[in-house]
Amino acid sequence: MLKTFSLGGVHPAENKFSAGQKIAVLPVPEQVSVPIAQHIGAPSEPIVKKGDEVKVGQLIAKSSGFVSANIHSPVSGKVFKIDDILDASGYKRKAIIIKTEGDEWDASIDRSEDLKTEITASPEEIIKKIGDAGIVGLGGATFPAHVKLSVPPGKTCEVLILNGVECEPYLTADHQLMIEKGDEIMVGTQILMKALKVDRAIIGIENNKPDAIKQMSELAKNYAGISIQPLKVQYPQGGEKQLIDACIGRQIPSGKLPIEVGAVVQNIGTTLAVYEAVQKNKPLFERVVTVTGKSVTKPSNFMARIGTPMNQLIEAAGGLPQDTGKVIGGGPMMGKALVSTEVPITKGSSGILIMPKEIAKRAKMEACIRCSKCVSVCPMGLSPYLLMTVSDKAVWDRAEEEKIMDCIECGSCSFTCPANRPLLDYIRLGKGKVGQIMRSRTK
Amino acid sequence: MNRLIVSPSPHVHSGDSVKKNMYGVIIALLPALAASLYYFGLGAVVVTLTAVVSCVFFEWAIQKFLLKNESTILDGSAALTGLLLAFNIPSNLPIWIIIIGSLVAIGIGKMSFGGLGNNPFNPALVGRVFMLISFPVQMTLWPKPQTIQLEYLDATTGATPLSIMKEGLANGESVSAIMDKLPSYTELFFGNSGGSAGEIAAAALLMGLAYMLIRKIITWHIPASIIVTIAAFTGLLHLSSPDQYAGPLFHLLTGGVMLGAIFMATDYVSSPMSKKGMIIYGVGIGIITVVIRVFGAYPEGISFAILIMNGFVPLIDKYVKPKRFGELVKTAKA
Repeated sequence: MLKTFSLGGVHPAENKFSAGQKIAVLPVPEQVSVPIAQHIGAPSEPIVKKGDEVKVGQLIAKSSGFVSANIHSPVSGKVFKIDDILDASGYKRKAIIIKTEGDEWDASIDRSEDLKTEITASPEEIIKKIGDAGIVGLGGATFPAHVKLSVPPGKTCEVLILNGVECEPYLTADHQLMIEKGDEIMVGTQILMKALKVDRAIIGIENNKPDAIKQMSELAKNYAGISIQPLKVQYPQGGEKQLIDACIGRQIPSGKLPIEVGAVVQNIGTTLAVYEAVQKNKPLFERVVTVTGKSVTKPSNFMARIGTPMNQLIEAAGGLPQDTGKVIGGGPMMGKALVSTEVPITKGSSGILIMPKEIAKRAKMEACIRCSKCVSVCPMGLSPYLLMTVSDKAVWDRAEEEKIMDCIECGSCSFTCPANRPLLDYIRLGKGKVGQIMRSRTK
Repeated sequence: MNRLIVSPSPHVHSGDSVKKNMYGVIIALLPALAASLYYFGLGAVVVTLTAVVSCVFFEWAIQKFLLKNESTILDGSAALTGLLLAFNIPSNLPIWIIIIGSLVAIGIGKMSFGGLGNNPFNPALVGRVFMLISFPVQMTLWPKPQTIQLEYLDATTGATPLSIMKEGLANGESVSAIMDKLPSYTELFFGNSGGSAGEIAAAALLMGLAYMLIRKIITWHIPASIIVTIAAFTGLLHLSSPDQYAGPLFHLLTGGVMLGAIFMATDYVSSPMSKKGMIIYGVGIGIITVVIRVFGAYPEGISFAILIMNGFVPLIDKYVKPKRFGELVKTAKA
């Protein structure tokens, strides 16, 4: 039976143009710019300086707190400089710029293609290895993976849920990984299960990927405790809260983490990275990126080194189309519009979406007709129309009362609004303010 | 390189628009319009055209000369108000009364509050009730339905089933005796009875409901809660004293219940935002309608019921919230 989450949701046109495209390895770029803030939490601390020689997979910036992540060199060569560059956020931030010379990997990395199923590491060793390898949530949220796996005292994890939903339209990176790296993902899942000390894992996959569901179900027979849960196509099913609700029918209370209901969620790409880190000693320095769009000549899935300028990926997919209006890092629902195509890809870059001019501009906003469609589609059960009004009028106590902080910024409200009202823009503004007020109160 | 557009997410839109919803409702009204033309002929044409043209004209004129803002007449909402107004009045109503009614509907009911989206009450009903109170004689002369009607002001008139029932009961007749004088339920279902221009054919109105539900213009909550409440309330009354109170089917198929439940109460602007709120609103409309019909002075009460419940919408929206995620932590074992 197809499951899905209980509240709201929308179904945008899927447009998965790059589905079924084999993951192509992108040539190593001549120069990479590796931002030191690629994850949620404290930016990493560079440990190399100008002129240093580095190898592929060598640590170049180390984690600077509990919620932070290591960063490794994606190429071999010489550190050219450490400087502020424009990144996908649209701001200038510090990055380590490396000029490539050859492609010499760190000797400890196992570069063979053999599947290594035997898991020798202990749970503690696994979590440490994942932390050392700089693995963060690769679905786009970029939350350090080892932090999620460290179950706080007093809580127990009952089930591991893997996110193979890829509910964002256009994106196909995780889909293609499940097709090409199914066995590695299965072993990765077992590693995560061992780390969390659970005997059950559910991989949630939306029904628009029947080939992935079939293949993963076949593979799961060889691995104890792993089951596949086909899901109805519904956005934002890839949201952590929605996915847990869909898979095991439990809802995380407001302001709490998944562990509250005994679940930990990891993404498919992350799971593969875990396999590579634990079994092959390979840190996270490359990832699969979908390059797609209506006018893109060759929508593709690339394996690219972190720090590669996006325009190199776009060139490999047939170049920037003439009618380009907007370039988005990520999917169309939650991705970020880029100010330049020269920004580097980071650990969170799941895709590059190129939108033609005619759909890149927003339509004119009209008066709210109180159709209540935003309320119907909100997966968190909020009243977006009201949150927009109170944010606009700066009534912050009411915004807090109406649970503005529960908003997951999925964009279903703005997507649906017949009057083209920028509901989420205002809600983001309100969240910023209310968050500030709440933090100042606890001080 | 060409310049890139930068804006916050989401970067795609469903393509839904105010226009699509308004014209969608107008399309849903077409079967009822066809029934109206079939039974009331020329009268229906004159009344509908007058109401639609004057509503659109008044909105245009008020925006142009009084408010001096951008015209919104193309969004279809003024035309929709006109159409609904026409559906709620007898098809032999003189043009000048319709024009006054349209002015009240658009001018007072809608534009005085700030235009589309801001009116607390359903504008078409504001217009209708204004006319009912100001011109009680003209507003309660109902032309008899007849195929290919070419009379307008001089159409033969007769009482509606609701007023026949009300008078009969007042004269001490039993429900079953009165029912014998009325058209059968089948005839009522297909619209062969006296009444306002667009309210008579339940079958046509239900087709419109099906269309709006499929197109997701409205949800089932408001129409269903009104219909179920009226059926339950009148059913109980009927069971308690079958000779004194007419049955639920009579109440559902006569007067403006179908038009009201499907098209008037579901007006976006003047109805609640949450599903629970919609049900409370619908139940309220159902109860008030029956109370007015059965115990009040007017034979029909749905217009008043909707307007009264419109007044409660801000209160309902303040206290009735949608079901929130995580509010009820499911304890089901995985």
